Amino acid sequence: MKINQTEPVGKDEGDGEKAPDNAPVPEQGMNRRAFLGTVAAISGVAAVGTAGSARASEDFSGWPNSYGLLTDLTACVGCRSCEKACNEANNLPKPALPFDDASVFDQKRRPDAHAYTVVNRYENPKDKNTPIYRKVQCNHCKEPACASACPIHAYSKTPEGAVKYNPDLCFGCRYCMIACPFSVPAYDYESALEPRIVKCTMCYDARVKHGKVTACAEACPTGAITFGKRDELIKIARARIEKEPGKYVDHIFGEHEAGGTNWMYISGVPFEQLDFPTNVPNKPPIELTKGFLSSVPLVFTIWPALFGMCYAALKHRDEADNDKPAQKKEESK
Amino acid sequence: MSNGYAVHQDNFRSWFMDKLLMGMSWPEYLKTLITPFNVIAAIVLSVGLPLIAVRFVQGLASVTHASNDYPWGILLGWGLFSGVPLSATGFVMATAYYIFGFKRYHSLVRLGVLTGFLGYLFAVIYLLTDLGRPWRIYYPMMVGFGTASVLFLVAWHVATYLTVQLLEFSPAILEWLKAQRVRKWAMMITIGMTIAGIILSTLHQSALGAMFLLAPGKMHPLWYSQYLPVFFLSSSIYAALAMVIVVSTLSARFLRDKTDGNFLGNLDNLTIGLGTGASVGIYVYFALKVIGVAHDDNWSLLNTGYGHWFLVEMLVFVLLPGLILSLGVKKRSSAIVRIGAFFAVFGIIVNRINVSTVAFNWNLQDHLHHIIPPWKETAIVLAIAMLHILIFRWILNRMPVLREHPDYRSSH
Repeated sequence: MKINQTEPVGKDEGDGEKAPDNAPVPEQGMNRRAFLGTVAAISGVAAVGTAGSARASEDFSGWPNSYGLLTDLTACVGCRSCEKACNEANNLPKPALPFDDASVFDQKRRPDAHAYTVVNRYENPKDKNTPIYRKVQCNHCKEPACASACPIHAYSKTPEGAVKYNPDLCFGCRYCMIACPFSVPAYDYESALEPRIVKCTMCYDARVKHGKVTACAEACPTGAITFGKRDELIKIARARIEKEPGKYVDHIFGEHEAGGTNWMYISGVPFEQLDFPTNVPNKPPIELTKGFLSSVPLVFTIWPALFGMCYAALKHRDEADNDKPAQKKEESK
Repeated sequence: MSNGYAVHQDNFRSWFMDKLLMGMSWPEYLKTLITPFNVIAAIVLSVGLPLIAVRFVQGLASVTHASNDYPWGILLGWGLFSGVPLSATGFVMATAYYIFGFKRYHSLVRLGVLTGFLGYLFAVIYLLTDLGRPWRIYYPMMVGFGTASVLFLVAWHVATYLTVQLLEFSPAILEWLKAQRVRKWAMMITIGMTIAGIILSTLHQSALGAMFLLAPGKMHPLWYSQYLPVFFLSSSIYAALAMVIVVSTLSARFLRDKTDGNFLGNLDNLTIGLGTGASVGIYVYFALKVIGVAHDDNWSLLNTGYGHWFLVEMLVFVLLPGLILSLGVKKRSSAIVRIGAFFAVFGIIVNRINVSTVAFNWNLQDHLHHIIPPWKETAIVLAIAMLHILIFRWILNRMPVLREHPDYRSSH
């Protein structure tokens, strides 16, 4: 078992910081635009492709070569080293109880304004003496609901896989918190002047951008967190499940949920027993509002003509009614 | 020079007394302000307004429950999600009158437009209270364009529609200020503004429902439906008709001296007409909701705790007001229609609170305990609602809304 990971799994030779940009995907332009969804969603018309990409599928399968993480819940021992490393790497305030205090497990916690990640303890139905621990943090969706919700574009999905939040573009509507299928973004309600969303950054600016491993993966002493190319992680996860089918449930959480996430999980017990939201649809959330948004330009185009005609008909009837008495008079002459 | 200044000052004083003090002197005016209702208003405001100040000095955590699982509370559930459908009055009345030719409803059009304008204005005020950084309210228009977001559409449309409604209401303001030439210009754009109002209203009324489409896993399936935009739009239309009945009833009761014979004489008949429209609207909406349950095959969920509450909403707060309205229409009783209309308005609020609060994150532990609003947030909501009523009354007292201005009586 790998201890204290320092190099990403599946990192190509020499691709260094710019790995994802080298990807030779011919339809990338089209896909990227469709993914960003901006023009497509507001005008309701799929982005018009250039000649070379006109036949590309509209399905976006995620940034090629993006990074991700795989949490193996069977390996986690609840030491909270990841919480501690995250806290230090991101200069977050020191918690009230030290990181080696196990009493925090008495209740379920969630990421909040002071913690990007938390570990919760669950009873193990297979073996009462070895509880299961689950690390919670942003799953870095391939097509994030938070980004689809944000009216100011404060969220962006980087080619490396991280979902980034820019507090300079946020007015604090908290629609991203409503939209997130995993209830991850937290809000800094205490601040009067500079409240902002708080969530895991995948150590993007300090580490991942430079080809380094996230702080939590680096700190994990049991190898429960593996950082690497998402495609490779899926292969690793599959291999582990195949090798020990009795140990794992046959499911990679995050491979398809909410359109796929860059942070994935394998587990020894069914995911719903660990409070994973198992009713999340597999299609990306943005697909759910596309139909509605596509009606917007139709209303703008058709309504003026339709209701203008109603008004014209009304006016016509008024004029016809006004003409009638005059006509009758003429007829009687 | 000094003489000229004195004349000017005199003019200003008479203008001030005429326009703002309704022709009274200061002592007379102040005396009229001491009423039981105003005493209640003063108490509500003296609690709520300081709390709004606290919210801006100490942050949202000081007055709301500041929950990461429940980011939206009653400020938006009441102020935005209930306030906007109840403010569809402007678009519904203007469309009925100017586009479809319901000419007899003339005396209620201005009241409808004013109700709509103030409703949107206050929806924005609730929103500004709830936003983390309200001073960035213009960001979706100028700084970042989240064009894939339904909220981006709502932001643009509410801002634009607020302007449209101000223009629609401007003839009343200009008559009050006796600005005849500008009023003529304002009248010329009426049809254009009305059609703009239809476009913007159909889109953002439905968009408020579409906002919840993003969260299928968190909403109770009985309230989540791909038809949410249609539900929100169609219910806003009967909400508007019922709301015009409510507002006109209250005006005729409490501001009788500001009405004219035309308004009072026609009101009972028009109320019955509006009641007919509202009841049809309710039946259409009810049918759509049934289709929604059928479409997702959610019948089996009806016999659960949440299912029972859904049935209460549908039967008691939607169908029953519709039946009361129909009964009133059948008996030609404006009194019964008014009861149905008040009931229907209440039902709209129940629905919007259900969608935005009760059905959201229903599967979290202690859900129903978490959604009880904290008293400070409630006090803020009450204070803003009270301001809304006071400003509404201030305008009805002064501008020609419930009556026609004598100078423009035959100018329609």
